[in-house]
Amino acid sequence: MGVNQPLGGNVTVTSLDKLVNWVRKSSIWPMTFGLACCAIEMMATGASHNDLDRFGIIFRASPRQADCIIIAGTVTKKMLPVIKNVYEQMPEPKWVVAMGACACSGGIFDTYSVVQGIDEALPVDVYIPGCPPRPEALLFGLMKLQDKIMQESNSFGSVFGLGDRVSTV
Amino acid sequence: MANNEIMTINMGPQHPSTHGVLRMVIELDGETILKIDPDIGYLHRGVEKLSEHRTYHQTLPLTDRLDYLAPMSNNLGYILAVEKLLGIEPPERAQTIRIIMTELTRLQSHLVWLACHALDIGAMTVFIYAFREREAVMETYELISGARMTSNFFRAGGLSQDVPPEFEKKVRDFVNDMPGYIDTYEGLLTANPIWLKRTVGNGVISAEDATDIGITGPALRGSGVDFDLRRDITYAGYDSYKFEIPVGKECDTFDRYKVRLIEMRESCKIVNQALDRLKPGPVLADVPQVCYPPKDSVYNSIEGLIHHFKIASEGYKVPEGEVYMGIEAPKGELGFYIVSDGSSKPYRMRIRPPSFVNLQAIEKMAKGSMVADLVAIIGTLDIVLGEIDR
Repeated sequence: MGVNQPLGGNVTVTSLDKLVNWVRKSSIWPMTFGLACCAIEMMATGASHNDLDRFGIIFRASPRQADCIIIAGTVTKKMLPVIKNVYEQMPEPKWVVAMGACACSGGIFDTYSVVQGIDEALPVDVYIPGCPPRPEALLFGLMKLQDKIMQESNSFGSVFGLGDRVSTV
Repeated sequence: MANNEIMTINMGPQHPSTHGVLRMVIELDGETILKIDPDIGYLHRGVEKLSEHRTYHQTLPLTDRLDYLAPMSNNLGYILAVEKLLGIEPPERAQTIRIIMTELTRLQSHLVWLACHALDIGAMTVFIYAFREREAVMETYELISGARMTSNFFRAGGLSQDVPPEFEKKVRDFVNDMPGYIDTYEGLLTANPIWLKRTVGNGVISAEDATDIGITGPALRGSGVDFDLRRDITYAGYDSYKFEIPVGKECDTFDRYKVRLIEMRESCKIVNQALDRLKPGPVLADVPQVCYPPKDSVYNSIEGLIHHFKIASEGYKVPEGEVYMGIEAPKGELGFYIVSDGSSKPYRMRIRPPSFVNLQAIEKMAKGSMVADLVAIIGTLDIVLGEIDR
């Protein structure tokens, strides 16, 4: 009857949203999807010195188990259909992190074969500049993604098909 | 149902153990590999074409991103080729620091190889340890160049800047500790029955086949061919250092593993020798047509500023001619072939990447083995897609 957010305005529901958001942000499982140089820094972030596990971030090898894709490296025109395919295989809700100058904007490779930024094809949530970004920069980007997830509304209702998730950031 | 049906499967480009974006089309009879066809080009960034529109100085950062596990080796190969064309020599201190940094790069590259190779076969602990040690090399990179991976540190005629005072102690401590760390890796792997089952007798390639294909680096030496550019066609002053070149016997994955581990120990020795002879002095040759003036003169004198501006805006002219310079990168012979038309941009630059040639051996190595062994074979070839596709 013209109600956009049927569960909105209710105190209990708001906290359910928060609960769902909290659960989601505390266990972001990204895809292991290294494209180029940034992938090595992504591995370094996951390894002993920086340790992504303490954020609940565990790399998964299958898109069907993942809810975040870190585009770590240069996206070429030959690779783009594969990335789209992998992204579509991921279940909702899903987030995209563009890691490094190449994924953000094509970087120094302004050539015939390179896609000038992954945002031409996928909805990017967090951009991390750098060539490659330091592990600390990736950590900061992922924490920004956590903040963004915490500010989503109707994340509980959308599970039952009652409207869409609304991101306010 | 026919029980001898041949199945074609696709591996990659999204696969955790293809070390990037390699795709392989494999024909299988059950679990046995009949035919394997690598499909490359998923990371083709057009580096060679880009370099034709950039000055020699601007091309240097592109080389960092070829084999991104060994940026300093790529810098060295390119810079040596340019210096050969220009006919200039770096000062002794620059030469020594170049050797220290390329050998640390070799250590770093082999550490990532060991980490990924072991992780692919199922030994997670080695990955965690090897990345811990790699972090020390990354800190050294950051100390001298400001960047962790894409260092862009060498210049035609020397280095971009001198190293800070704490450099020597940091590197010395690292190379003194490193043999102990290598012992730890050996303790985890060398006598490990699972590791032996997966590597001994796997991916065999004879010395004749290896030389026919043109494999270089540790993959060639694992097959028993005693060839190393550092010794045989020496460059950058390597002839004045004492080091052993390890050679394998059985031509299999395990021998290549042993060869690389011994190479890491030898690299530590070379770095120690280089640190002993590190004397204060200039790090950039006195060739004003090519080399940037010191920062002090750029900021404080108009002549220095003009000099800097001229090289930065126009680049330096390189005499007409062509040159090939091959160096022993961590993965094998890395060659730069540059054709110059006398201007400040390369007319054509061709890169001979070791990984591209080494990858051609995959069919010979993997034919007749199981699918699961293919993962070990890709690991032992130590390929980087950045330099295969360029």
